[in-house]
Amino acid sequence: MNLSATSPGHDDLPSSDVDPFGHEVLEDPHPFHAELRESGPVVRLTGYDVYAMGRHEQVHAALTDWQNFESGAGVGLSNFRREKPWRPPSLLLEADPPRHDAPRAVLARILGPRALRRLRDAWFADAAALTEQVLRTGEFDAVTSLAEAFPLRVFPDAVGIPEDGRENLLPYGDHLFNAFGPPNDLVRQGNPRIAELSAWVDARCRPGMLDDDGFGAHIWRAAARGDITEAQAPLVVRSLLSAGVDTTVHGLAAVLHAFATHPEQWRRLRRDPSLARVAFDEAVRLESPVQTFFRTAVTDVPIGGTVVEEGSKVLLFLGAANRDPRRWEHPDTFDLARDPSGHVGFGMGIHQCVGQHVARLESEALLTALAERVERIEIAGPVVRHHNNTLRAWRSLPVRVHPA
Amino acid sequence: MPPDSSRPEPPRPGGGHSRTLLRVAGRRAAADGVVSLTLEHPDGRRLPDWAPGAHIDLILPGGMTRQYSLCGDRWDAYTYRVAVLREPGGRGGSAYIHDELRQGDLVAVGGPRNNFPLTPSERYLFIAGGIGITPLLPMVHQAELLGADWKLLYGGRTRDSMAFADQLRVHGDRVTLVPQDESGLPDLPSWLDEPRPRTKVYACGPGPLLEAVEARCAHWPPGLLRTERFVPKVESAPVRDEAFEVRLARHGASVTVTPGVSVLEAVRAAGVNVLSSCEEGTCGTCETGVLEGRPDQRDSILDDDERGAGDCMFICVSRSCGPKLVLDL
Repeated sequence: MNLSATSPGHDDLPSSDVDPFGHEVLEDPHPFHAELRESGPVVRLTGYDVYAMGRHEQVHAALTDWQNFESGAGVGLSNFRREKPWRPPSLLLEADPPRHDAPRAVLARILGPRALRRLRDAWFADAAALTEQVLRTGEFDAVTSLAEAFPLRVFPDAVGIPEDGRENLLPYGDHLFNAFGPPNDLVRQGNPRIAELSAWVDARCRPGMLDDDGFGAHIWRAAARGDITEAQAPLVVRSLLSAGVDTTVHGLAAVLHAFATHPEQWRRLRRDPSLARVAFDEAVRLESPVQTFFRTAVTDVPIGGTVVEEGSKVLLFLGAANRDPRRWEHPDTFDLARDPSGHVGFGMGIHQCVGQHVARLESEALLTALAERVERIEIAGPVVRHHNNTLRAWRSLPVRVHPA
Repeated sequence: MPPDSSRPEPPRPGGGHSRTLLRVAGRRAAADGVVSLTLEHPDGRRLPDWAPGAHIDLILPGGMTRQYSLCGDRWDAYTYRVAVLREPGGRGGSAYIHDELRQGDLVAVGGPRNNFPLTPSERYLFIAGGIGITPLLPMVHQAELLGADWKLLYGGRTRDSMAFADQLRVHGDRVTLVPQDESGLPDLPSWLDEPRPRTKVYACGPGPLLEAVEARCAHWPPGLLRTERFVPKVESAPVRDEAFEVRLARHGASVTVTPGVSVLEAVRAAGVNVLSSCEEGTCGTCETGVLEGRPDQRDSILDDDERGAGDCMFICVSRSCGPKLVLDL
């Protein structure tokens, strides 16, 4: 780690030549995050010629301040002002007001807490069935058998896409989140399949492909009413398929890992199952499935005693902010007594994750089913991280469960 | 630290109870009978984001709740602007704002909420009657930013009564001003009888104008006409400025919510954790079921029908209309 005191052109600006997308940081980002937070509110990352922020106060403020930190130039390292994006930009994630307004309003309504009530009973029943099934084996990989299996069981149905080819969703999402980083080995690994995966996803966004009552059909109905245009509708459906799978998978893996390694918290959840909602947000705070997003300064923005120049990219470390000891007591602890409210794991402001209520409902269903039936979860073998430029992800989480 | 120990929460940036009280930072005459107010947070914080068509509730003494469209600049995150027409036959809300509300005063605010969002189109025809210009002003700005082809037809009693007419002049012949005492009523047939391809019509103003617009657009393809009516809302139940009791049905506890403290804070102070995130009534994380009582909804999430149902509330900003609420907590 080379954190020098100053950076050329900025008298007091700390800088770092660490590669936040390197395998060492992706395997264990916490030491780098701590250095970042301690170096100052704004740090120059010399390897990529971008600014970085790791403290909760500045990350929260920058996420909220869409007026000064735009998303339209891309929320990855690539600057859309100068470079052509690898796919048409997202109307949600990579757009600013006023273009962002209508797609966001449509999706917020379709994925809002009130709209999701109709899914609740079915998802709880699905979670119970899946739990019964894994309990019969006793030992299994919680990544594939629960964290991937449950979202893949309920979410594509809720969107309304057909059964065939759903195995494409995870590799597509994995590549998409890699592509927010630099064009490194992780991106190169995904490149050969991306044309095929994109074509498969794009084809699922058309009305003929979508079940009548799913989120996708509701998006097309909004287009028929004129709330968005017919040209926007497939891109809004694409946002669901892009952002709705991998993020939830790794969020669920995070909460399962946390419980497997904190048996006292599991007992606590079993005593009070209503803590399932808090547990998921606490795990999202602790693990931050989405670790980073970039913004681009719209103007010269004074922040933390320096000036972030117009047009420069700023890398916001959601994961570092969510463990900032300035904001959280004992930030590295998974604790259901904590109130994780205010974490930035879902972002904040106008771009805050529009699917967060969907993710919460999935996790509440799964944790409730497990808490009812499982006395104890324990790690049964070496856990393996999966490296992704944006996601704090898992490859394998072998567990043993003891039925209640 | 053992997981069960209780401890004080660390200070939250931006969290706090005074969020829905805004200060009148400025007031000026916008036209004959129209006063424009700028509102800001007493602590200089950002205000919740909004988009054209959004309104806020001003909660006035005696429980009068009035809705006013935001007509300022959404790129200024620190100030809201509303314009209020004095309604001589009104029930006292506008008179209070014109005669009593002074610069520096605090006023309780709900929302913003948007029942009249601007949707994408290549062309817009904006039709305003009188104070109905307010939601259309930011729409005009955004149509301009988006490079859409737009026109504004703006009618009023007299030139002097038409708020913001001056600032619209920069748009040249995109704007047609029709003061009634000079030119009579706007010639709707010539504007509307021929449906214009790919044109959305956004109209706001008094009932008779909107009825005329609706009649003229009856043969237009569906979805092109969008209106917002400036009519007095059915009088809402008195909004309390006294304390109220919140019973937490599942915990079997009761808490008293005093003025200046949010329901969320009161519930947390009683040791019950409720997840929240934005704490400004925009994200929906703190949704809580209402089992009894009538919530005073001040969020930016529910539409008018959902607010009427009263079966849930966002406890970071919403309060109670009556002395008691029973929540599903």
